[in-house]
This record gives sequence, C-alpha cells and structure tokens, in this order.
Amino acid sequence: MINEIISMNGYGSYVWSAFSFTLISFGSLYLVIKLQLLKEQKRFFYKLDSLSAQKIRVAKKQNINREILLNNFNSQI
Amino acid sequence: MKYFEPNKIFFTISKAQKYVLFLFIVVLSIGLTEALILSPEDYKQSDSVRIMYVHVPSAWISIGIFSLIAFLSISIFIFKNKNFSLIAKSLAPSGFVFNIIALVTGSMWGKPTWGTWWAWDARITAMLILALFYFMYLLSWRIFENKERAIKITSFIAILGAINVPIIKFSVDWWSTLHQSSSINILSKTTIHASMLIPLVIMTAAFALFSLLIFLMKYNTELIKIKNKGLDRL
Repeated sequence: MINEIISMNGYGSYVWSAFSFTLISFGSLYLVIKLQLLKEQKRFFYKLDSLSAQKIRVAKKQNINREILLNNFNSQI
Repeated sequence: MKYFEPNKIFFTISKAQKYVLFLFIVVLSIGLTEALILSPEDYKQSDSVRIMYVHVPSAWISIGIFSLIAFLSISIFIFKNKNFSLIAKSLAPSGFVFNIIALVTGSMWGKPTWGTWWAWDARITAMLILALFYFMYLLSWRIFENKERAIKITSFIAILGAINVPIIKFSVDWWSTLHQSSSINILSKTTIHASMLIPLVIMTAAFALFSLLIFLMKYNTELIKIKNKGLDRL
C-alpha cells in the first residue's frame, strides 16, 4: 500500500516533486511575509519607545496604534 | 460605516489571520488526502494526473488575483482611493507565487504526458508573460520611492497585463495547443468525473484560503508601515 503510494505507478518522482514544490513555496512565502510583519511591528515599538512621554500619550490615543500594540505579544499597554 | 474605520479593519484582519490559518491547514489536509490517496488514477495518464490537483488551482488563483489587481487598478484611477492600491499591492505576492507554482508543476506534468519539460505552447507562453507582468508589478513597488508615481506605474502595468488574461483563457480555443480545452465550465456541462472534481474543488478552496492568509498578513504589514511613517511625523 505505502509502496504503491510512493511509486504512483512509476510517476512518483513527478507527482511528489510537484506537491513538494508547492508546499515548500507555501512555507517560504508564509515565512517571508511573517518576517516582514514582525520587522514592521518591531520598528513600530522602537519608534514609539524613542518618542517623548507626551508624544507617546498622543500616539496611544489613536485607536489603530492601540490595536497594533494589543495585537503583539510584547504589548506595552 | 464604523466597521470601515482603520482601527476596526486592523482589529478584524489581525484576529482573522489565525482562524484563516487554522481553516487552511484543515482544508489542505483533507485536500491532500483526497488528491494523493483517495482519488482514482486516470485511465490514460495514470497517477501523473494527480499533479492536476496543484497545477490547476494554482493557475486559476494566479489568474483570478491578477484580474482583481487589474480591476482595483482601474478603480484607483476612477475613485482616487489609495486603499485600493494597498489592497492590490497586498494581493500580488501570493498571485506571483501561484503563477510560478503553475508553471513549475505544469512542467513536471508535461514531461510524463507530452514528453517534454517545456513547449512554446500558447497557454504556457501566456502564463509565462503573466509571471513577467507580476514580476514587473512587484518590482515597480520596490523601485519607485515616490508613492504617487509607484501607484500610477503599477496600476498601468496591471491594466496592460489584464489584456493577457482572456488570451490565457481562450488560447486553447483560438490556437492548436498541447493543452486540452477546459473540462470545467460554469455555463455548460462539466466533463470531469465527480471523483476527480471533488479533490480539485477542495484543493482550490485550500489554495484560496492560503492566498487570503497571505493577503491579510501583507495588508497588516502595509498598515503598520503607514503608522510608522505617522510616528515619524509626530
């Protein structure tokens, strides 16, 4: 049964390569986009930290900034 | 209208990501079981037909995403809404990757069925041209620093590339090609058996969920980039 699934009547190398390529592409794209997202989140926190206390208060008043902070594991609020 | 406020959109897409990821893993697992184990082999192509379950959904989704990008690009010129450009920009990476998957898996299917890895067949060539349009679109976002200019140039590329979409669709009818004419039709009778149609539909759903997930993550990233620029101006 397992040998049949692996060999696929002699087409195994083509079938498994096609499915592997697809899944590897998915994994790579997910990783690249996730890293970009984390990088921007990190930059957001770094910039927020570098502001004066008054500017931080102004920034935190904006709802979307609060959402960015709340949606990160390193939430500062 | 309060649901369309930036913070509401941000909240929704941030929360939606994990549910879409979970659903994608479930649907993909069912799809892979159906495609690789449960679905029957073809009487002519034998087990090589299973490549169809990754090749066809990838091609459909890459064409669908490019059509959507072109539609959004036209809307940018009409409505002058910059959010459309953000949506179009966030859709492009998954569309490009699906285009590459369709070309590569098509090549892997071509070798055992046609006896060659590559042929300058009308549909394959049109898909390669689509990949070049995707590449130019993504490259333009990186090259042009001026945002207004980048929006105009990328929209122009998308609208120009949209001419290629009907060529891909009808190439098998207009020219004598290695590709067979379509087996799945919305308006007329579908000629593919249910035992093969079901895994194909499940895999298409899984791939659509993946492109949705990538879109949400990329759109989220773009929104944070805008907020980072906002912090600079404080």
